[in-house]
Amino acid sequence: MGTATVAVECRGVRKTYDGSGQQVVALRGIDLDIHAGELMMLVGPSGCGKTTLISVIAGILDQDEGLCRVFGHDLLHMKDKDKLRFRAANIGFVFQTYNLLPSLTAAENVSIPMILNGISRQKAQRRAVEVLERVGLAERTGSLPSELSGGQQQRVAIARALVHGPKLIVCDEPTSALDHETGHRVMDLLKQVALDEDRALVIVTHDARIFEFADCIAQMDDGQVVKVVRSSGQS
Amino acid sequence: MNYIALKMLMGDRGKYLGIVMGLTFASLIMTQQPAIFVGLMMRSYSFVTDVGLPDIWVMDPKVQFVDDIKPLQDTKLFRVRGVSGVDWAMPMYKGMIKARLADGTFQTCNVIGLDDATLIGGPPVMLEGRLEDLRRADSVIVDIDGARDKLARPSKDPAGKPVPLKVGDTLELNDRRAVVVGIAKTTRTFQSQPVVYTTYSRATLYAPRERKLLSFVLVKARPGQEVHALTRRIRETTGLAAYTQAEFEELTVNYFLKNTGIPINFGMSVTLGFIVGAAIAGQTFYNFTLENIRQFGVLKAMGAGNGTLLGMILLQATLVGMVGYGLGVGLTSLFGWSMRNTILAFKFPWQLLVFSGLGVTLICVFSALLSIRKVIKLEPAIVFKG
Repeated sequence: MGTATVAVECRGVRKTYDGSGQQVVALRGIDLDIHAGELMMLVGPSGCGKTTLISVIAGILDQDEGLCRVFGHDLLHMKDKDKLRFRAANIGFVFQTYNLLPSLTAAENVSIPMILNGISRQKAQRRAVEVLERVGLAERTGSLPSELSGGQQQRVAIARALVHGPKLIVCDEPTSALDHETGHRVMDLLKQVALDEDRALVIVTHDARIFEFADCIAQMDDGQVVKVVRSSGQS
Repeated sequence: MNYIALKMLMGDRGKYLGIVMGLTFASLIMTQQPAIFVGLMMRSYSFVTDVGLPDIWVMDPKVQFVDDIKPLQDTKLFRVRGVSGVDWAMPMYKGMIKARLADGTFQTCNVIGLDDATLIGGPPVMLEGRLEDLRRADSVIVDIDGARDKLARPSKDPAGKPVPLKVGDTLELNDRRAVVVGIAKTTRTFQSQPVVYTTYSRATLYAPRERKLLSFVLVKARPGQEVHALTRRIRETTGLAAYTQAEFEELTVNYFLKNTGIPINFGMSVTLGFIVGAAIAGQTFYNFTLENIRQFGVLKAMGAGNGTLLGMILLQATLVGMVGYGLGVGLTSLFGWSMRNTILAFKFPWQLLVFSGLGVTLICVFSALLSIRKVIKLEPAIVFKG
């Protein structure tokens, strides 16, 4: 791993929230590298700053201090328009509650990132159907989210995160709403279809049952990364 | 993203229908009430419009509207005829006279006395009989609405419908016999009294004894004579008021606008319709956005800019606006069509379409602004909050 491309590089990342006259320090100087081809899990107790960190990494939240480079791009100093374009092209999202648009079919949901990247609706739909086939939902492309089980909805969300070929996929508790077996299947799928040597996966989770899927686990506590364990044995 | 915006909107049927219903209601009220108002205002001067032929109406300077009769001396007619540029000038009597009906009841009628020789100022459309029949003894022509309704005879059968007044029937006007020789179609007037046409000389016999009985002098300008110049000349020469047909109509409408509560009443209905429509549509549209705020957050996280989201909301607002407006205007038209043969005043000019269109646009802009503000301020990081 030592020679792999660094997908995400965080150095001294700090973030403080101001809320009702009280300051809450969420990140206290995070130093972390995530490599391409690596599935990293951010773990730790509630409120330790995991979600804040992936929000910064995904470019949807600005840190107050420090450097966060994603595939060499410093998102903090990017213009808003460039940051939007970067996010649309390079980052895929998988959420705990799936966050599918309820009035769109599975294929339409999956096609959104393509449309946001300027691809025509017809082409985007065709590509969405292909990706849905890869995640085992070839028969459900026309189904609404309400017609799908939790596991199927999460597979649609994975397809949506993958469809435009992003370099980084961030997942927030992707298995916490699923039973053990379905959670394992979703993780299998994520590893199979989402991970390749040019892409990194960052997963925030509490779910110890899926730690076995990680290439690297970053343990967080009180806004700091306290331990990083890689499956290769490095730390 | 337009397709997605529309699917988001129509996917939530209840909300979509709620917004459309609010706008339909607002659009309906903003067209139906003004249409009745316009219809009423047009009725206030419908008599002037019906007479049509003369270019200028001459009357006492104190007259404020068409039914505000301040009689002139008959000699004024000759003074008007003497003004240069006048092609012809004819007398007209207009007054309210009580008619005694066959069952002994009384009904106030709007009696119009036309120049005996020319019968100028007669009804616009004759349905039965001829205008010239007014030259027969005791003859009158009544309007069809009056003949069917207020002048109708009671049925012999107690449960039967009243029998419309018809040619050959008689009635009494101020104790004098009047024979119906024709039925005419006239535009309903503001007061909706039956209209009875007769000759000028006979009208003065029906009218209560007064020193002066001439209501109006109807004037036609000579060919090539500029009407406004002639109007000014008549005023200066005779000291009377003289108006073109359009000016007289305007004078009458302005009187009703300034001196009656009608505009305020209708204005309040329209304002209430606007406010209620805006409240329903605005609130529902805002709620719709709030309920979808997470979806907008997801789109923002995935790279949709504020401009894209703004476009989506504006498209949604435009669609519901157009559907609501179309339904409201359609319902108003249907209402007008279904009421076409009733006493209800209803006129739906194109200006009302523009007026209500602007109203609905305002509501949509207001609703969209509320939602846009929320979406623009939205932090995409909310998508990671459970």
